[in-house]
Amino acid sequence: MLTGLLWLLGCQLVGQLVVDATGVPVPGPVIGMVLLLVVLVVRDPPGDSPVHRTADAVLPHLQLLFVPAGVGIVAYAGVLRDDLVAVLVALVGSWFLGLAVVGLLADRLGRRTRVVDAPDPGRGP
Amino acid sequence: MSALLDQPLLWLVVTLGAYRLGLWLRDRTGAHPLAQPVLVAIVLVATLVVLTDVDYASYADDTALITFVLGPATVALAVPLHRQLARLRGFVLPLLTAVTAGAVVSVTAAVGLVRLLGGDELLARSMAPKATTTPVAIAVSDTLGGLPPLTAAVTITAGILGAVAGPSVLSLLRIHDHRARGLAVGSASHGIGTGRMIVDHPVEGAFSGLAMGLTALATSLVAPLLVALML
Repeated sequence: MLTGLLWLLGCQLVGQLVVDATGVPVPGPVIGMVLLLVVLVVRDPPGDSPVHRTADAVLPHLQLLFVPAGVGIVAYAGVLRDDLVAVLVALVGSWFLGLAVVGLLADRLGRRTRVVDAPDPGRGP
Repeated sequence: MSALLDQPLLWLVVTLGAYRLGLWLRDRTGAHPLAQPVLVAIVLVATLVVLTDVDYASYADDTALITFVLGPATVALAVPLHRQLARLRGFVLPLLTAVTAGAVVSVTAAVGLVRLLGGDELLARSMAPKATTTPVAIAVSDTLGGLPPLTAAVTITAGILGAVAGPSVLSLLRIHDHRARGLAVGSASHGIGTGRMIVDHPVEGAFSGLAMGLTALATSLVAPLLVALML
Protein backbone atom coordinates (compact mmCIF):
# COMPACT_ATOMS: atom_id res chain seq x y z
CA MET A 1 0.00 0.00 0.00
CA LEU A 2 2.80 2.42 0.92
CA THR A 3 4.72 1.61 -2.27
CA GLY A 4 1.54 2.07 -4.32
CA LEU A 5 0.80 5.40 -2.66
CA LEU A 6 4.37 6.50 -3.31
CA TRP A 7 3.96 5.80 -7.05
CA LEU A 8 0.64 7.70 -7.19
CA LEU A 9 1.91 10.74 -5.27
CA GLY A 10 5.24 10.65 -7.13
CA CYS A 11 3.47 10.77 -10.53
CA GLN A 12 1.21 13.55 -9.26
CA LEU A 13 4.25 15.54 -8.11
CA VAL A 14 6.02 15.16 -11.46
CA GLY A 15 2.74 16.00 -13.26
CA GLN A 16 2.42 19.17 -11.20
CA LEU A 17 6.03 20.14 -12.00
CA VAL A 18 5.37 19.58 -15.72
CA VAL A 19 2.25 21.79 -15.53
CA ASP A 20 4.12 24.55 -13.67
CA ALA A 21 7.03 24.44 -16.12
CA THR A 22 5.05 24.29 -19.40
CA GLY A 23 1.72 25.90 -18.51
CA VAL A 24 -0.30 23.16 -20.27
CA PRO A 25 -3.97 23.84 -19.45
CA VAL A 26 -4.71 20.55 -17.62
CA PRO A 27 -4.41 19.67 -13.92
CA GLY A 28 -1.20 18.06 -12.59
CA PRO A 29 -2.95 14.81 -11.59
CA VAL A 30 -4.17 14.28 -15.20
CA ILE A 31 -0.57 14.56 -16.46
CA GLY A 32 0.32 12.21 -13.58
CA MET A 33 -2.26 9.73 -14.89
CA VAL A 34 -0.59 9.72 -18.32
CA LEU A 35 2.83 9.31 -16.66
CA LEU A 36 1.67 6.34 -14.58
CA LEU A 37 0.16 4.75 -17.69
CA VAL A 38 3.55 5.02 -19.42
CA VAL A 39 5.23 3.50 -16.34
CA LEU A 40 2.74 0.61 -16.32
CA VAL A 41 3.23 -0.05 -20.03
CA VAL A 42 7.03 0.01 -19.72
CA ARG A 43 7.36 -2.02 -16.50
CA ASP A 44 4.29 -4.25 -17.02
CA PRO A 45 3.97 -5.23 -13.32
CA PRO A 46 1.81 -8.22 -12.26
CA GLY A 47 -1.90 -7.58 -11.69
CA ASP A 48 -1.52 -7.61 -7.90
CA SER A 49 1.40 -5.14 -7.72
CA PRO A 50 1.27 -2.43 -4.99
CA VAL A 51 0.06 0.18 -7.51
CA HIS A 52 -2.78 -2.07 -8.66
CA ARG A 53 -3.84 -2.86 -5.09
CA THR A 54 -3.77 0.81 -4.05
CA ALA A 55 -5.78 1.86 -7.13
CA ASP A 56 -8.30 -0.94 -6.56
CA ALA A 57 -8.73 0.20 -2.95
CA VAL A 58 -9.23 3.91 -3.76
CA LEU A 59 -11.12 3.97 -7.08
CA PRO A 60 -14.35 2.24 -5.97
CA HIS A 61 -14.79 5.20 -3.60
CA LEU A 62 -14.05 7.94 -6.14
CA GLN A 63 -17.53 9.44 -5.52
CA LEU A 64 -16.70 10.07 -1.84
CA LEU A 65 -13.92 12.48 -2.81
CA PHE A 66 -16.43 14.86 -4.44
CA VAL A 67 -18.74 15.16 -1.43
CA PRO A 68 -17.01 18.19 0.18
CA ALA A 69 -17.07 20.09 -3.16
CA GLY A 70 -20.70 19.10 -3.66
CA VAL A 71 -21.70 20.46 -0.27
CA GLY A 72 -20.34 23.78 -1.58
CA ILE A 73 -23.31 24.03 -3.96
CA VAL A 74 -25.38 25.05 -0.94
CA ALA A 75 -23.01 27.89 -0.13
CA TYR A 76 -23.42 29.36 -3.63
CA ALA A 77 -27.08 28.48 -4.24
CA GLY A 78 -28.04 32.09 -3.45
CA VAL A 79 -26.18 33.39 -6.52
CA LEU A 80 -28.34 31.23 -8.77
CA ARG A 81 -31.79 32.17 -7.46
CA ASP A 82 -32.71 34.66 -10.21
CA ASP A 83 -31.56 32.48 -13.08
CA LEU A 84 -32.40 29.08 -11.66
CA VAL A 85 -34.64 27.97 -14.55
CA ALA A 86 -32.20 29.14 -17.25
CA VAL A 87 -29.30 27.43 -15.47
CA LEU A 88 -31.12 24.15 -14.97
CA VAL A 89 -32.48 23.91 -18.52
CA ALA A 90 -29.13 24.88 -20.07
CA LEU A 91 -27.31 22.48 -17.77
CA VAL A 92 -29.51 19.47 -18.52
CA GLY A 93 -29.78 20.33 -22.23
CA SER A 94 -26.07 20.80 -22.88
CA TRP A 95 -25.22 17.79 -20.69
CA PHE A 96 -27.58 15.61 -22.73
CA LEU A 97 -26.26 16.90 -26.09
CA GLY A 98 -22.63 16.35 -25.04
CA LEU A 99 -23.37 12.84 -23.76
CA ALA A 100 -25.37 11.86 -26.85
CA VAL A 101 -22.83 13.22 -29.37
CA VAL A 102 -19.88 11.42 -27.75
CA GLY A 103 -21.83 8.20 -27.21
CA LEU A 104 -23.33 8.03 -30.71
CA LEU A 105 -20.13 9.04 -32.53
CA ALA A 106 -17.94 6.60 -30.58
CA ASP A 107 -20.51 3.81 -30.96
CA ARG A 108 -20.91 4.25 -34.74
CA LEU A 109 -17.26 5.04 -35.58
CA GLY A 110 -16.03 2.13 -33.45
CA ARG A 111 -18.51 -0.34 -34.94
CA ARG A 112 -15.75 -2.68 -36.17
CA THR A 113 -14.22 -3.36 -32.74
CA ARG A 114 -17.34 -3.05 -30.59
CA VAL A 115 -17.18 -4.25 -26.96
CA VAL A 116 -20.73 -5.19 -25.98
CA ASP A 117 -20.45 -8.21 -23.68
CA ALA A 118 -19.51 -8.13 -20.00
CA PRO A 119 -15.96 -9.49 -20.30
CA ASP A 120 -13.45 -10.05 -17.55
CA PRO A 121 -10.79 -7.34 -17.61
CA GLY A 122 -7.57 -8.12 -19.44
CA ARG A 123 -8.95 -10.52 -22.03
CA GLY A 124 -8.77 -9.32 -25.65
CA PRO A 125 -11.95 -8.32 -27.54
CA MET B 1 -23.65 20.76 21.52
CA SER B 2 -21.16 23.52 20.88
CA ALA B 3 -18.35 21.29 22.28
CA LEU B 4 -19.32 18.76 19.59
CA LEU B 5 -19.52 21.39 16.85
CA ASP B 6 -16.04 22.62 17.78
CA GLN B 7 -14.42 19.23 17.15
CA PRO B 8 -12.29 19.43 13.97
CA LEU B 9 -12.96 15.72 13.34
CA LEU B 10 -16.74 16.12 13.43
CA TRP B 11 -17.33 16.95 9.76
CA LEU B 12 -14.88 14.32 8.56
CA VAL B 13 -16.82 11.69 10.53
CA VAL B 14 -20.18 13.09 9.36
CA THR B 15 -19.08 13.10 5.70
CA LEU B 16 -17.70 9.55 5.81
CA GLY B 17 -20.80 8.40 7.71
CA ALA B 18 -23.18 9.99 5.19
CA TYR B 19 -21.27 8.37 2.30
CA ARG B 20 -21.35 5.01 4.11
CA LEU B 21 -25.12 5.43 4.47
CA GLY B 22 -25.28 6.16 0.73
CA LEU B 23 -23.41 2.89 0.01
CA TRP B 24 -25.83 1.01 2.25
CA LEU B 25 -28.80 2.62 0.49
CA ARG B 26 -27.36 1.68 -2.93
CA ASP B 27 -27.02 -1.96 -1.89
CA ARG B 28 -30.41 -2.01 -0.19
CA THR B 29 -32.17 -0.65 -3.31
CA GLY B 30 -30.38 -3.01 -5.71
CA ALA B 31 -28.25 -0.13 -7.08
CA HIS B 32 -31.16 2.18 -7.90
CA PRO B 33 -29.80 5.01 -10.12
CA LEU B 34 -30.97 7.68 -7.66
CA ALA B 35 -29.19 5.94 -4.77
CA GLN B 36 -25.79 7.33 -5.78
CA PRO B 37 -23.68 7.56 -2.60
CA VAL B 38 -22.35 10.98 -3.71
CA LEU B 39 -25.88 12.39 -4.04
CA VAL B 40 -27.13 10.91 -0.77
CA ALA B 41 -24.06 12.16 1.10
CA ILE B 42 -24.19 15.70 -0.37
CA VAL B 43 -27.90 16.12 0.46
CA LEU B 44 -27.43 14.81 4.02
CA VAL B 45 -24.26 16.77 4.82
CA ALA B 46 -25.50 19.98 3.17
CA THR B 47 -28.70 19.77 5.23
CA LEU B 48 -26.65 19.37 8.43
CA VAL B 49 -24.33 22.23 7.46
CA VAL B 50 -27.31 24.53 6.91
CA LEU B 51 -29.14 23.39 10.07
CA THR B 52 -26.09 23.89 12.31
CA ASP B 53 -25.32 27.22 10.62
CA VAL B 54 -21.72 26.18 9.93
CA ASP B 55 -19.68 28.31 7.54
CA TYR B 56 -18.91 26.40 4.29
CA ALA B 57 -15.26 27.51 4.35
CA SER B 58 -14.76 25.94 7.76
CA TYR B 59 -16.52 22.73 6.61
CA ALA B 60 -14.20 22.62 3.59
CA ASP B 61 -11.19 23.07 5.90
CA ASP B 62 -12.25 20.21 8.16
CA THR B 63 -12.74 17.83 5.20
CA ALA B 64 -9.62 18.89 3.25
CA LEU B 65 -8.20 15.39 3.83
CA ILE B 66 -10.92 13.84 1.64
CA THR B 67 -10.50 16.42 -1.12
CA PHE B 68 -6.72 15.92 -1.05
CA VAL B 69 -7.10 12.25 -2.11
CA LEU B 70 -8.67 13.43 -5.42
CA GLY B 71 -5.16 14.03 -6.79
CA PRO B 72 -3.68 10.54 -6.26
CA ALA B 73 -7.06 8.97 -7.16
CA THR B 74 -6.97 10.74 -10.55
CA VAL B 75 -3.45 9.38 -11.13
CA ALA B 76 -4.74 5.91 -10.17
CA LEU B 77 -7.18 6.01 -13.13
CA ALA B 78 -4.16 4.89 -15.20
CA VAL B 79 -4.55 1.39 -13.69
CA PRO B 80 -8.01 0.48 -15.12
CA LEU B 81 -6.95 2.15 -18.36
CA HIS B 82 -3.80 -0.01 -18.53
CA ARG B 83 -5.94 -3.12 -18.04
CA GLN B 84 -8.10 -2.10 -21.03
CA LEU B 85 -5.30 -0.90 -23.29
CA ALA B 86 -5.92 -3.76 -25.76
CA ARG B 87 -9.42 -2.38 -26.36
CA LEU B 88 -7.96 0.86 -27.70
CA ARG B 89 -6.76 -0.90 -30.85
CA GLY B 90 -8.67 0.38 -33.88
CA PHE B 91 -10.54 2.81 -31.63
CA VAL B 92 -8.10 5.71 -31.19
CA LEU B 93 -9.41 7.84 -34.06
CA PRO B 94 -13.12 7.29 -33.23
CA LEU B 95 -12.31 8.10 -29.60
CA LEU B 96 -10.47 11.34 -30.36
CA THR B 97 -13.14 12.44 -32.86
CA ALA B 98 -15.98 11.75 -30.42
CA VAL B 99 -14.37 13.46 -27.44
CA THR B 100 -13.38 16.56 -29.46
CA ALA B 101 -16.86 16.86 -30.99
CA GLY B 102 -18.32 16.39 -27.51
CA ALA B 103 -16.26 19.24 -26.06
CA VAL B 104 -17.34 21.59 -28.88
CA VAL B 105 -21.04 20.63 -28.61
CA SER B 106 -21.02 20.85 -24.81
CA VAL B 107 -19.52 24.37 -24.70
CA THR B 108 -21.63 25.66 -27.64
CA ALA B 109 -24.87 24.24 -26.23
CA ALA B 110 -24.23 25.55 -22.71
CA VAL B 111 -23.49 29.10 -23.96
CA GLY B 112 -26.27 29.03 -26.57
CA LEU B 113 -28.96 27.71 -24.23
CA VAL B 114 -28.15 30.14 -21.41
CA ARG B 115 -28.37 33.11 -23.80
CA LEU B 116 -31.55 31.76 -25.40
CA LEU B 117 -33.19 31.45 -21.98
CA GLY B 118 -32.34 35.03 -21.03
CA GLY B 119 -29.28 34.39 -18.89
CA ASP B 120 -26.57 37.05 -18.99
CA GLU B 121 -23.05 36.76 -20.42
CA LEU B 122 -21.48 36.17 -17.01
CA LEU B 123 -23.70 33.13 -16.55
CA ALA B 124 -22.85 31.83 -20.04
CA ARG B 125 -19.11 32.23 -19.42
CA SER B 126 -19.47 30.49 -16.06
CA MET B 127 -21.33 27.50 -17.53
CA ALA B 128 -19.22 26.97 -20.66
CA PRO B 129 -16.62 24.59 -19.11
CA LYS B 130 -19.04 22.64 -16.86
CA ALA B 131 -18.36 19.23 -18.50
CA THR B 132 -14.71 19.13 -17.37
CA THR B 133 -13.23 18.03 -14.06
CA THR B 134 -13.76 20.72 -11.39
CA PRO B 135 -10.21 22.18 -11.17
CA VAL B 136 -10.10 22.62 -14.98
CA ALA B 137 -13.65 24.04 -15.07
CA ILE B 138 -12.68 26.64 -12.47
CA ALA B 139 -9.46 27.58 -14.29
CA VAL B 140 -11.20 27.83 -17.70
CA SER B 141 -14.08 29.84 -16.19
CA ASP B 142 -11.52 32.26 -14.76
CA THR B 143 -9.87 32.63 -18.20
CA LEU B 144 -13.26 33.22 -19.83
CA GLY B 145 -14.26 35.87 -17.31
CA GLY B 146 -16.86 33.70 -15.57
CA LEU B 147 -17.67 33.31 -11.88
CA PRO B 148 -15.57 30.34 -10.61
CA PRO B 149 -17.74 29.44 -7.55
CA LEU B 150 -20.81 29.34 -9.81
CA THR B 151 -18.85 27.17 -12.26
CA ALA B 152 -17.95 24.78 -9.44
CA ALA B 153 -21.63 24.44 -8.49
CA VAL B 154 -22.88 23.69 -12.04
CA THR B 155 -19.90 21.39 -12.72
CA ILE B 156 -20.63 19.25 -9.67
CA THR B 157 -24.31 19.16 -10.68
CA ALA B 158 -23.39 17.98 -14.20
CA GLY B 159 -21.31 15.24 -12.56
CA ILE B 160 -24.15 14.06 -10.33
CA LEU B 161 -26.51 14.12 -13.34
CA GLY B 162 -24.16 11.72 -15.15
CA ALA B 163 -23.84 9.40 -12.16
CA VAL B 164 -27.61 9.27 -11.71
CA ALA B 165 -28.96 9.32 -15.29
CA GLY B 166 -26.00 8.74 -17.66
CA PRO B 167 -26.21 4.95 -18.09
CA SER B 168 -30.04 4.94 -18.48
CA VAL B 169 -29.96 7.74 -21.08
CA LEU B 170 -27.29 5.87 -23.06
CA SER B 171 -29.41 2.70 -23.00
CA LEU B 172 -32.40 4.72 -24.24
CA LEU B 173 -30.21 5.92 -27.13
CA ARG B 174 -29.35 2.25 -27.78
CA ILE B 175 -25.63 2.79 -27.17
CA HIS B 176 -24.33 -0.57 -25.94
CA ASP B 177 -20.58 -0.49 -26.72
CA HIS B 178 -19.02 -0.31 -23.25
CA ARG B 179 -16.21 1.88 -24.57
CA ALA B 180 -18.68 4.41 -26.05
CA ARG B 181 -20.75 4.42 -22.84
CA GLY B 182 -17.69 5.10 -20.69
CA LEU B 183 -16.42 7.83 -23.03
CA ALA B 184 -19.82 9.55 -23.09
CA VAL B 185 -20.22 9.70 -19.31
CA GLY B 186 -16.58 10.73 -18.71
CA SER B 187 -16.95 13.50 -21.34
CA ALA B 188 -20.20 14.91 -19.97
CA SER B 189 -19.79 14.22 -16.25
CA HIS B 190 -16.04 14.02 -15.40
CA GLY B 191 -14.92 12.34 -12.16
CA ILE B 192 -18.31 11.97 -10.50
CA GLY B 193 -19.72 10.12 -13.52
CA THR B 194 -16.50 8.07 -13.68
CA GLY B 195 -17.06 7.17 -10.02
CA ARG B 196 -20.23 5.34 -11.01
CA MET B 197 -18.89 3.73 -14.21
CA ILE B 198 -15.93 2.24 -12.29
CA VAL B 199 -18.36 0.43 -10.00
CA ASP B 200 -20.65 -0.60 -12.92
CA HIS B 201 -18.19 -2.10 -15.44
CA PRO B 202 -14.37 -2.27 -15.83
CA VAL B 203 -14.33 -1.18 -19.50
CA GLU B 204 -16.78 1.69 -18.88
CA GLY B 205 -14.75 2.90 -15.88
CA ALA B 206 -11.47 2.84 -17.80
CA PHE B 207 -12.80 4.73 -20.83
CA SER B 208 -14.68 7.19 -18.62
CA GLY B 209 -11.46 8.10 -16.80
CA LEU B 210 -9.66 8.51 -20.12
CA ALA B 211 -12.47 10.70 -21.53
CA MET B 212 -12.31 12.88 -18.42
CA GLY B 213 -8.63 13.65 -19.05
CA LEU B 214 -9.06 14.24 -22.79
CA THR B 215 -12.14 16.44 -22.30
CA ALA B 216 -10.20 18.60 -19.85
CA LEU B 217 -7.53 19.15 -22.52
CA ALA B 218 -9.97 19.67 -25.43
CA THR B 219 -12.21 22.07 -23.50
CA SER B 220 -9.39 24.27 -22.27
CA LEU B 221 -8.21 24.55 -25.89
CA VAL B 222 -11.57 25.17 -27.67
CA ALA B 223 -13.66 27.00 -25.03
CA PRO B 224 -11.87 30.39 -25.28
CA LEU B 225 -12.26 30.31 -29.09
CA LEU B 226 -15.93 29.26 -29.06
CA VAL B 227 -16.92 31.75 -26.37
CA ALA B 228 -15.16 34.57 -28.26
CA LEU B 229 -17.12 33.62 -31.39
CA MET B 230 -20.48 33.41 -29.60
CA LEU B 231 -20.41 36.31 -27.13
